[in-house]
Amino acid sequence: MMAGGNVRFLVLILAVAICGAASVFQPISDSHRSAALDVFVPVDGSYKSLEEAYEALKTLEILGIDKKSDLSSKTCENVVKVLQSSSSTLKDAFYALNVNGILKCKIGEAGPKDIVSQLQAGVKDAKLLLDFYYSVRGLVLAKEQFPGTHISLGDAEAIFRSIKSLSQSDGRWRYSSNNPESSTFAAGLAYETLAGVISLAPSEFDPSLIQSVKTGILKLSDSIQKYDDGTFYFDEKSVDASQGPISTTASVIRGLTSFAASESTGLNLPGDKIVGLAKFFLGVGIPGDAKDFFNQIDALACLEDNKFSVPLILSLPSTVISLTKKEPLKVKVSTVLGSKAPALSVKLTQALSSKSVDSSVINNQELKFDADSATYFLDSFPKNFDIGKYTFVFKIVLDESAHEKVYITEAQTKVPIAATGAISIENAEIAVLDSDIGSVESQKKLDLTKDGAVSLSANHLQKLRLSFQLTTPLGNAFKPHQAFFKLKHESQVEHIFLVKTSGKKSELVLDFLGLVEKLYYLSGKYEIQLTIGDASMENSLLSNIGHIELDLPERPEKATRPPLQSTEPYSRYGPKAEISHIFRIPEKLPAKQLSLVFLGVIVLPFIGFLIGLTRLGVNIKSFPSSTGSAISALLFHCGIGAVLLLYVLFWLKLDLFTTLKALSLLGVFLLFVGHRTLSQLASASNKLKSA
Amino acid sequence: MVKSTSKDAQDLFHSLHSAYTATPTNLKIIDLYVCFAVFTALIQQVAYMALVGSFPFNSFLSGVLSCIGTAVLAVCLRIQVNKENKEFKDLAPERAFADFVLCNLVLHLVIINFLG
Repeated sequence: MMAGGNVRFLVLILAVAICGAASVFQPISDSHRSAALDVFVPVDGSYKSLEEAYEALKTLEILGIDKKSDLSSKTCENVVKVLQSSSSTLKDAFYALNVNGILKCKIGEAGPKDIVSQLQAGVKDAKLLLDFYYSVRGLVLAKEQFPGTHISLGDAEAIFRSIKSLSQSDGRWRYSSNNPESSTFAAGLAYETLAGVISLAPSEFDPSLIQSVKTGILKLSDSIQKYDDGTFYFDEKSVDASQGPISTTASVIRGLTSFAASESTGLNLPGDKIVGLAKFFLGVGIPGDAKDFFNQIDALACLEDNKFSVPLILSLPSTVISLTKKEPLKVKVSTVLGSKAPALSVKLTQALSSKSVDSSVINNQELKFDADSATYFLDSFPKNFDIGKYTFVFKIVLDESAHEKVYITEAQTKVPIAATGAISIENAEIAVLDSDIGSVESQKKLDLTKDGAVSLSANHLQKLRLSFQLTTPLGNAFKPHQAFFKLKHESQVEHIFLVKTSGKKSELVLDFLGLVEKLYYLSGKYEIQLTIGDASMENSLLSNIGHIELDLPERPEKATRPPLQSTEPYSRYGPKAEISHIFRIPEKLPAKQLSLVFLGVIVLPFIGFLIGLTRLGVNIKSFPSSTGSAISALLFHCGIGAVLLLYVLFWLKLDLFTTLKALSLLGVFLLFVGHRTLSQLASASNKLKSA
Repeated sequence: MVKSTSKDAQDLFHSLHSAYTATPTNLKIIDLYVCFAVFTALIQQVAYMALVGSFPFNSFLSGVLSCIGTAVLAVCLRIQVNKENKEFKDLAPERAFADFVLCNLVLHLVIINFLG
C-alpha cells in the first residue's frame, strides 16, 4: 500500500525531527485528514466489527470528513440487528449504541426498551471491570439517544463502591477481583465508568467518595512519564502489556475528561502536563495503524472539548530565517485540532545562539499579529543577528478578557531556528610555489562564482597553494562544513583534499614531493574542482577552477598501480566477486581390505597367548568355592568386563563426560568387590601358609 | 673355535631353559603376557607402518603405546609378585594385582580417548 508506505516515512521523518530538547509540534492538519481516508478503509462497504466501525466513524467525524453516506446502510443494518436481538453481548451493545450516536440509524420503537433492560441487568450482575464499563457507558449513550425511555441505575452508590473496590493504591485498576495485575489502561476505563455512574445517579453522591476518586487521580498522575522533548505520556508498568503508550494515554485522558465533565471541575493535572500530553499525541505524526489513529484523534478531541483546560499549541510553518530574502518569521497558535485560538499575544523572550548559550541576541520582542492569515510574525531582526543555529524561546500571553473556556499553554516553548545567509568569498587565489624558497612561480586570482579556465603547470618539486577568505554577512569569520579540493586526472583517477579554515582565512597547500606516491606517479593534465558548502550558506558553490599540468617522475617497479576506473561510475556499488570456500580435502584413508587383513594379523598374537596359557597348564583351581566369596569373585570379573565394555562403547559412541560418569559408578562398585575378593584370597593363602 | 662358541651358545641356552622351568607358574603367565603385548606392538610398528604409513597418527600412537604400557605394567607386577625379591616381601601379591588392574584400566581409558 503506497499510502501506508508514505505515511510511515512521514512518521519516521517526524520522529527524527523530534530529537533534542527543542522541537516543533504541528497541530492536526489536512494531511491528517487525507491520511485518515486511506487508513480507515472499509472492506466491501462495511467494517469488520462494530468496534472498528465506531473507531473509524468517530475519527472521521472529529476530523470533519463526511463519509457517512457511503457506509451508513450496511453498518446501520448491523447496528439494528444488535440492538434488536436479546442475546447480544454487552460489548456489542455498547459499540452499536456508539455507532448509532454518529450515524443516527432508524431503530424501531421496541428496540431501545429491550437494550436498556439488557444493560440494566448487565449493570446489576457485573463483576468484571469491562462488564461495568460496557453496561454503564451503554446506559449513558442510550439516555442521550432515546430521551423517552426511563433509565435508572438502582443503587448507584453500591455500584460506585464495587467499581472502586477494584482499584489499587497507586491509582491503577484491576480488571477483576481474581486477577492481581493492575493496569493504567483499566484505570482510564474505570474513570469513564465512574463518570457515567455519577451522571446517571438520581441523587448527589457522598462527597467523600468523590474525594477518594480524586486522590486516586492524583496518584495515577504521579506515574506519568516524560520524554526529553517535553512530551508526557502514560504507559503500562509491565513490559508485555497488551496496550502501548498511545492507547494507554488515550484511555486515561478519556477517563479524566469524562470524570471532570461529570463533576464540572478541572482536569486535576498541572497545565504543563496537559500540554505535554497534547504534544505527545501531536508528536506521533500520522499513525499508520487504525487503532493508533483513533486513539490519537479521540484523545486530542477530548482535550479540546473539555471546558477547563484546553491546550494551545505554538507551531512554526518554517524554522529557517533567510537573511537575504528578508522574510518575516511566522508563528501560528491554535488548538490541537487546528481550530482558532482566542485573543493572545506571543512574545519572543530569548534568542540563544548555539555559539554563545548565555547571552541572548533578542530580548522580549513582541510579535505582530496578522488577522487575515491568523499568524504572528517577527519581521525585524537586530543588527547583530548573524547566520547560524539558534534556539528561540517563545511565550504565549493570553489576553485578560473572559473566555468561554479556560485555555492553558506551556510556560515557554523552545524552537530550533536556523538562520541562513549569503557568504562572501574574497581574495581567492591559486599559486604554484617553489618548495625550497617558497617563492611564487605563477599566481592567478580566482572568481569562484563562475567556472574559470585557469591553466597552471607544476613539477614534483613544487607546491600548489589555494587560499580564500570567507566572511558572514556581518563580517564574522566563517568555517564551512564542507571545503573540498578535487584533482581529477585524464584517466578519471580522482583525489580529494580538505581545505582547512583558521579564523577568516582558508588555505590548502599541496606539496607534490610528498604526494607523488598518492597520485600514483600519474603525470598529465588534472582538472581542478573546488566545493564549498554549509547548512547556513545560501550560495554554496561547486566550481571548476581550471587545469594543472603535473610533471611527476617515472613510476618505480614497486609502486601501487592506480585503481582501474570503470566507465560506469556506480559500478563500485554493484555486486562483488563471489567467494568460494575451499575446504581441506580429507586425506586418503588406507584401503578397507588392507585394514581388515591387518586386523586379522593383530589377532594372531592374542591366539598365541591363549595357546601358551593352556600349555602352561593354567587353571582356575583357586577360584573360591564358598558362595559368598564366589559371588564377589564373579562380580569382580564381571566388573572388569563391564569397564572394558564401557571403553568399547566410549570409542564407538559415547563422549568423555558420560563415560567418566559411568566409569566413576562402576569404579566404586569394582573397588568394593575387588577389595572383598582379593582380601578373601589373601586370607585364604595366609591360612594355607600358616597351616 | 666356532664349534666351541656354538656349543657354548647351546649350553647357555640349555642352562637358561632349565633355570626358567623352575620359575613358578604365575610368573610364567606374566612373562607370556608381556611377550604377547610386545609382539603385538612390533607387528603394529614394523609391519603396518613400514607397509602403509603412520596415518592416522593418533590411532597408531594409541595402539603402540597401549601395548607397551600394558607390558610395562605387567613387568612391574612380576617384580612385585616374585617371592625372591627382598624389597617387596611385605607386599601381598593380591595388592600388587589390584594395582595392576587399576593402572591398566586407567591406561586403557586414556588410550581409548586418544584413539579417536
